[in-house]
Amino acid sequence: MTNCVLLNDKDNVVTTIAPIGKGESIVSEGPPSVRVPAAQIIPEYHKAAIVAIAKGAFIYKYGEIIGKALYDIAPGAHVHTHNLVSESDYRG
Amino acid sequence: MVKIRAYRRPDGKIGVRNYVLLLPVSLCASETARFVKERVTGTVYIPNQGGCAQVPKDLAIVLETLSGLAANPNVYGTVFLANGCETAQIDLVMERALKKSNKPHARVVIQEVGGTVKAVEEATRAAMRLVAEASAIEREEVDFSDIILATECGGSDPTSGLASNPVIGSLSDRVVAEGASVILSETTELIGAEHIVGARCATPEIRTQLLKTIADYEKHIQGVGENLRMGNPTPGNLVGGITTLEEKSLGCIHKGGHTTINEVLSYGAMVTKKGLVVMDTPGQDVASIAGMVAGGAQIIVFSTGRGTPTGFGIAPVIKLTANKDTFRMMNDNMDFDASPVIEGKATIKEMGDSLFDLMIDTINGNRTKAEILGFNDMSIARLCNFV
Repeated sequence: MTNCVLLNDKDNVVTTIAPIGKGESIVSEGPPSVRVPAAQIIPEYHKAAIVAIAKGAFIYKYGEIIGKALYDIAPGAHVHTHNLVSESDYRG
Repeated sequence: MVKIRAYRRPDGKIGVRNYVLLLPVSLCASETARFVKERVTGTVYIPNQGGCAQVPKDLAIVLETLSGLAANPNVYGTVFLANGCETAQIDLVMERALKKSNKPHARVVIQEVGGTVKAVEEATRAAMRLVAEASAIEREEVDFSDIILATECGGSDPTSGLASNPVIGSLSDRVVAEGASVILSETTELIGAEHIVGARCATPEIRTQLLKTIADYEKHIQGVGENLRMGNPTPGNLVGGITTLEEKSLGCIHKGGHTTINEVLSYGAMVTKKGLVVMDTPGQDVASIAGMVAGGAQIIVFSTGRGTPTGFGIAPVIKLTANKDTFRMMNDNMDFDASPVIEGKATIKEMGDSLFDLMIDTINGNRTKAEILGFNDMSIARLCNFV
């Protein structure tokens, strides 16, 4: 059952459309399909990584850059202000 | 061709409402204008916190905005009110307003007539005369292509970029296809999306102007030692799940749909082109709406995620959300539910068409929630502190 939206093939994060508990699957039936276990609670409409994202790497949503990763981000992790900043505010 | 029922003005433009405007040219006349509004049915007043103790560039913004609001085709005529000694001199405002649209008007200056009570008396009589005249005008069938649609988003959350802004974008494309104009606004929320909006400009000159407008806004905020990213996204945006300004911007620009950008306007300037245009406005919703209504927009569509009550005195604001909880929780403020897009129950195009129908009904006279509740929000953009 789909509980997230992958907006573009290039994206490394999805937006959830329901609250997802730790260990539950983050799922989009696609195409392209997504199925990643949530590493922690992901609140509704927040972002979750669907692949490993290295510190300093760009984070993509809408197929566009929305900022850079402040730390290494694991698949299934919540992506928000604690690990994502605007490119102009990034101090690697 | 889509037909609507609206009020034809002497300058040929069409209004979707038929108000008599009580326009205080400065803060010192604002309360007096309100007293008149409370006495005369059919009037709207614009609360004004500016118009005095302002530097020339801010005076220019005030003059452009106030004259544009009086010229807006939703207004039958205007009673201009002044204290007398303010920076925004009443004759400067009136000259610009009547040059933009020569409509019925009256002029009342508190210091000239001898205080508030006499000013209220004189302005009340003038307003009564204008309302009587306005009430004799009937709606007639006119072409939809004379409509200028303003688009706005406020209290955004990720559902705005996922669904409600794309639904507005679908509406915008249809409005453009029908030969009318659409304004995309909020310069701060073009930051991070410059490459996308820049590529959509009709000419290299428009592209250069748009990119300069965006860069200048950020530089202006830096000029007072601030980073606009510290105020945008807002706390509500962040709680909702929007993380960076770029993410917010990339969701925001969906409101403009997919057509070519034909014009870039300074704040409050009159729209001159058909199709999609961009106006340089702040991300603050009410100031952005005021600029677009001054530019001639007769109607606004406004998306929200967290829920925003906004309404504007002289133009209907249709509010939609794609956040199902917000639609339920703030139903008293919401006109349209775009959440079926997120639930996969309707396409963006289907919802855009439903929103188009609601917009036409609203143009023809159906009232929005904000109108029914009597909202009269007002804010004017400015560059500097008061002096």
